[in-house]
Amino acid sequence: MPEQPEQPVRDALTETLAHQVAEKLADVQGPYFGQFGGRYVPEALIAALDELETEFRKAQGDPAFAAELSRLHRDYTGRPSPVTEVPRFAAHIADADGDGTAPVRVFLKREDLNHTGSHKINNVLGQALLVKRMGKTRVIAETGAGQHGVATATAAALLGLECVVYMGEEDTRRQALNVARMELLGATVVPVSVGTRTLKDAINEALRDWVTNVDHTHYLLGTVTGPHPFPEMVREFHRIIGEEAREQVMERVGRLPDAVMACVGGGSNALGLFNAFLDDAEVSLYGFEAGGEGIESGRHAARFSGGAPGVLHGARSYLLQDDDGQTRPSHSVSAGLDYPSVGPAHSWLHDIGRATYEPVTDSEAMEAFRLLCRTEGIIPAIESAHALAGALRLGRRMVDEGRTDQVFLINLSGRGDKDVATAARWFGLLDEDTTEGDR
Amino acid sequence: MSGTVTTSRTAARLDELAAVGRPALVGYLPVGFPDVPRSIEAVSMMVDAGVDVVEVGVPYTDPVMDGPVIQRAAEAALAGGARVRDVLAVVEAVADRSGGKIPALVMSYYNPVLRYGVEAFARDLAAAGGAGMITPDLIPDEAQEWSAAADEHALDKVYLVAPSSTPDRLRLTAQASRGFVYAASTMGVTGAREAVGQRAEELVAHTRAAGARHVCVGLGVSTGAQAAEVGRFADGVIVGSALVRTLLTDDPWADRLDALGRVTGELAAGVARARTTGGDS
Repeated sequence: MPEQPEQPVRDALTETLAHQVAEKLADVQGPYFGQFGGRYVPEALIAALDELETEFRKAQGDPAFAAELSRLHRDYTGRPSPVTEVPRFAAHIADADGDGTAPVRVFLKREDLNHTGSHKINNVLGQALLVKRMGKTRVIAETGAGQHGVATATAAALLGLECVVYMGEEDTRRQALNVARMELLGATVVPVSVGTRTLKDAINEALRDWVTNVDHTHYLLGTVTGPHPFPEMVREFHRIIGEEAREQVMERVGRLPDAVMACVGGGSNALGLFNAFLDDAEVSLYGFEAGGEGIESGRHAARFSGGAPGVLHGARSYLLQDDDGQTRPSHSVSAGLDYPSVGPAHSWLHDIGRATYEPVTDSEAMEAFRLLCRTEGIIPAIESAHALAGALRLGRRMVDEGRTDQVFLINLSGRGDKDVATAARWFGLLDEDTTEGDR
Repeated sequence: MSGTVTTSRTAARLDELAAVGRPALVGYLPVGFPDVPRSIEAVSMMVDAGVDVVEVGVPYTDPVMDGPVIQRAAEAALAGGARVRDVLAVVEAVADRSGGKIPALVMSYYNPVLRYGVEAFARDLAAAGGAGMITPDLIPDEAQEWSAAADEHALDKVYLVAPSSTPDRLRLTAQASRGFVYAASTMGVTGAREAVGQRAEELVAHTRAAGARHVCVGLGVSTGAQAAEVGRFADGVIVGSALVRTLLTDDPWADRLDALGRVTGELAAGVARARTTGGDS
């Protein structure tokens, strides 16, 4: 029995690791993040959530799963995604002395260069491999702008799964090209014509499908929201963003960045990047949510500035709601941030003061969008442009306070190809007839 | 912590009916559809036409357990300005109309209750004469706050089980429930179905074996024949969409009320004969 003497050693080691793990913010496990998270779903889904969690934990401990996922990251997605320094963009933070040297160095984590054009593919590939392990044959997904729908349709094509994507009717019109992309990839796109006809209602419809077809269907949820284990599991599939970026910035500047920032819709790109820095107290974390037409207008998706804790889509988190607990419609120029709730881990990071969340308006985001196009030759997703705008604001604040030699790391979570029509309309580059044709 | 609540008005009602050899007809309508006064008229009609237990729905923007019929009614109710507190008026009306004989349960997704204040809602529901609450998206695991408030105010806690529930989940849910356990007849959302599967009968048997004293079956029942079939093995037959549907037409209100009364009567006749001749003909 050669294993017996080893047993006590392994137990001691496991205990030590478990102890360290419990101490780290980066490794907190669901179902709860502070008072947030949980499983506020119909009992009919509990068995599937339990099965998913079990399969996920097994996969986490299985080197074959890790090897397969990292092969896909490398050969299919094109990871690691590079980090790009953007000095011409950074010069716009403050050009007080006009000597061309910026007081802030800005680095972009280029998730826009991934296959399918955003960070979404990281999570989708991870979950799709779990689907194969669970022996399920059909995946469903919700999508707003279409990024997650396209990524899911892509993974389904790659792994031979049936794929149905729910999309608000309003969004299918705004993002007709992405509907075509999903259909080219073999997915069925179902327009949702109830409620507000946007992302929130697409999630409702996906949950209804899941309750009905759960025995052979996996709900491939696209962000760090929803019932446990989704918030933790999706974070785990995106943590590679922060892990790569941390190393890349260290290599480039020889130290950690001063501030790390990302846009926050559901919050998966932000959490994926933040996670590697959560336990570095010297690194400030900033999440920028959609301020829409301004908080005072009521037309926004700023859950931390204009919402309160509540329950939606399976999790307790900050939520846009009225006095009766009815979900209030969100608004943003960017469909990917246009969601009334936010991942529970962000609510927790907000409440414990580890991350700061600020709203960025539509017009601030669009200005930053144009600036990055013109200074760096990179067309960002409008979602990511919220983080760029936030960085400009934060950088100017720091310069005003006399802080220099700052290093910023921003998640460029997606590319802007999908947003060209919206941006062209915004900046008046198309006449109305052409614009309508695009829709 | 108040003492353990052992009585349940809903369970008592189910026992009374069982003593005369029949299951209960549990009828659902949402508050505020088409407006609050008319939703009270509709619930009163349902009471007069023979329901034994009333379920009053709180309209919610994101009803993930509901099919298109109840979604449409909820959307219209919200558009018409229905408020969460209006549910209390409907509960009171049921108590008045039936002389306190018919228990009124609220059916609500969790967030409206959370926002109202769980303890405040329990207090006000009890004061209005309500019997308890059915919680489609609140499982016992997350229900500490509601459970404590329900105990404090002697309200029923009706949780759901589904064909996918494991034996452990059935035990947990049976233990946590008071009044009855709501067995979802099939995997899916509310709405009429051609057949209410055999899985429903098995689920009721398993739920009883897991310790539940009363089990009512919902989802999919729309006809008297189905009510008779389900009533053979369940303590109660829950009907929602088939009733709501009668109110969703463009007919004059009086005609819609008549239709509601007719369908309620047909369902009541179904449960009445459920155990007489070994089921439906």
